[in-house]
Amino acid sequence: MKRRNLLAGAAIGLGLSLTSGAAMAQGLDHVKACFIYVGPIGDGGWTYQHHQGALALKEEFGDKVDIAWQESVPEGADAERAITQFALDGCNIIFTTSFGFMDATQAVAAQFPDIKFEHATGFKRDQPNVSTYDARFYEGRAVMGTIAGHMTKSNKIGYIGSYPIPEVIQGINASYIHAKKVNPDATMTVVWAYTWFDPAKEADAAKALIDQGIDVILQHTDSTAPLAEAAKVEGVIGFGQASDMSAYKPAPRVSAIIDNWSPYYIKRVGALLDGSYAQSAAWEGIAGGEVEIGEITEAVPAEVKAAAEKLRDDIAAGTYHPFTGPLNKQDGSEWLADGVVADDAALATMDFYVEGITGDIPK
Amino acid sequence: MLRLEKRPNPSRFWLWFTPVLAVLLTMTAAGLLFAALGSNPFTVIRTIFWEPLAGSNASYFRAQLFIKAAPLILIAVGLAMGFRAGIWNIGAEGQYIMGAVIGASVGLAFYPTENRLIFPLMVAAGAFGGWAWAMIPAILRTRFNTNEILVSLMLVYVAQAILAKASFSFLRNPEGMGFPGSRNFSTYPAARNFDLIERSGLHWGAFTALAVAVAAYVLLTRHGIGFQIRLAGQAPRAARFHGVSPTRLIIFCLGTAGILAGMAGIFEVSGPAGQLTENFATGYGFTAIIVAFLGRLNPLGIVLAGLLMALTYVGGSLAESRLNLPAASIQVFQGMLLFFLLGVDVLTNYRIRLSRSQSKGAGA
Repeated sequence: MKRRNLLAGAAIGLGLSLTSGAAMAQGLDHVKACFIYVGPIGDGGWTYQHHQGALALKEEFGDKVDIAWQESVPEGADAERAITQFALDGCNIIFTTSFGFMDATQAVAAQFPDIKFEHATGFKRDQPNVSTYDARFYEGRAVMGTIAGHMTKSNKIGYIGSYPIPEVIQGINASYIHAKKVNPDATMTVVWAYTWFDPAKEADAAKALIDQGIDVILQHTDSTAPLAEAAKVEGVIGFGQASDMSAYKPAPRVSAIIDNWSPYYIKRVGALLDGSYAQSAAWEGIAGGEVEIGEITEAVPAEVKAAAEKLRDDIAAGTYHPFTGPLNKQDGSEWLADGVVADDAALATMDFYVEGITGDIPK
Repeated sequence: MLRLEKRPNPSRFWLWFTPVLAVLLTMTAAGLLFAALGSNPFTVIRTIFWEPLAGSNASYFRAQLFIKAAPLILIAVGLAMGFRAGIWNIGAEGQYIMGAVIGASVGLAFYPTENRLIFPLMVAAGAFGGWAWAMIPAILRTRFNTNEILVSLMLVYVAQAILAKASFSFLRNPEGMGFPGSRNFSTYPAARNFDLIERSGLHWGAFTALAVAVAAYVLLTRHGIGFQIRLAGQAPRAARFHGVSPTRLIIFCLGTAGILAGMAGIFEVSGPAGQLTENFATGYGFTAIIVAFLGRLNPLGIVLAGLLMALTYVGGSLAESRLNLPAASIQVFQGMLLFFLLGVDVLTNYRIRLSRSQSKGAGA
């Protein structure tokens, strides 16, 4: 009797897994893809680019895909409610597009095992239905750093950081290393804005940097305010962040790091449609098309432009990694020996400056 | 010619009917706004006001109403007592943050110990944090006669700096891969603010908020200190003759508001929010000021006002996601509601008269 029950149970278990497997392989006829945004879709930067990716889904798949979104979602309990709302409203896949939504995404995913969740820039994949995705922005920063090193006349480069998290620190280090490579006298000053999007704070940060004689500003915040400040002072240049920010061409915006999420969104939703979807941790860069280098304008001399584009192409081809030794940490201790390339695990937890950057990472 | 005439006594009818009128006016004006944005105004209004209460999955959204209303009610009841006595604590947001920081610090100090006493201890620590933060403007006011509006408001920014510090350094999750933010309380059962009835949204904070509202109502109507509070607000001179000590009243009112805001903070961080991050504070302390006035500074009115406010948040968010409305349009909608609530309030104290005796041009 006991044995029979056991067998019956096993058969049911097997049957279930078979049917669910078959369902997966078949894929879905129609996908509702939903997006949780941290900022307004008109921010002209981070959220705008995610929204462009969402709209690209519609273009690619037409009637097979519906999209829905909610903008300016606060973190914490509000985010959990917004994500749950989408889950209850029949979304098949939910993209949560800011690192602050990490725990909320995990919590909701645990309650809706049949819905796929995709969290941008986080690391938690505790639930089998949660995937993470990120872009190797540091590859783009290396290119910006090269331009910055060539272009600075005062040898002072400024960097507006958002939050002291690994992704941002990677960007600071990558741009400094490559500025230094082409201009050994270049120094870098970092200010922390503690926001992703706050035009007033970003403008203040840019002003403070310009007052110190800095003539090249890199930013890891999403508004155009730093470029607007740079435009007020002759000779100060900056770069578009997340989006092309082409309104400030040809100067102060001399180039840009563009986040292009369309290839990833199309790939994931496509996989859900054709049944090949599986949990993953994506981290694509220039090669995958997630990170694009915006047009380098005529404000940049031709040889600098050529050097920047060569670096971009080498990174894309995989022949060069922006974090290649010899590299020391800020305290002078060795990080990477000559020719050694940083592994992804070390990058994902990066919490130190490389040698030569002054100041401390806020702790 | 329309003319406003002061009523000898505030109208009891209008006192309770103006909120209803304001909601109706908001529905009309906001309907026009949503229509201009290209949405069906009836669908939007229905989504905001009806769907969370009785639409699909309403049980989930009703729970969310309690989650959203609980901190608002808790803070607003504390504030209302001070406002009635003419003590203007504008810094409840700071007291809320400090309650969360101190309470969470105490809880996380015990991680991963499992003990029934940890959660009560955290609540006590949270209450203490809020109280201590409120005592700064209270003591400065009573000792040096500083303005408690300015001091309590400025201390919000100090508290925000402490919150940022906490999430980036001393409370940062050591297993957080370098990301800011504390451990998540959902992974620490002893310190978790559970729903007392599963999935109802009725966590410890919601029950506390209701209990506090009833207690405050009794205190204000039946107790000596309640009489002193009302007297000090309505007739400060008479209060002094009556022997009401302003110092005692300031310490009591600011202290109570601080304790309640601090408790709201610790209930929120250990429950709905789950973790302390730099963006933990989303303005409950400021919204509670509106809730207090919306509820006529009456603790029972505040319960209703808190739920209405929660409905605009929960329903508003639902409308945003279902109808892809811009977030700003919902904020405008909430602004309209407050504008009409305060605007039609004039009917409580004044009546509109149609007069024919006015000469031409004099009515401007």
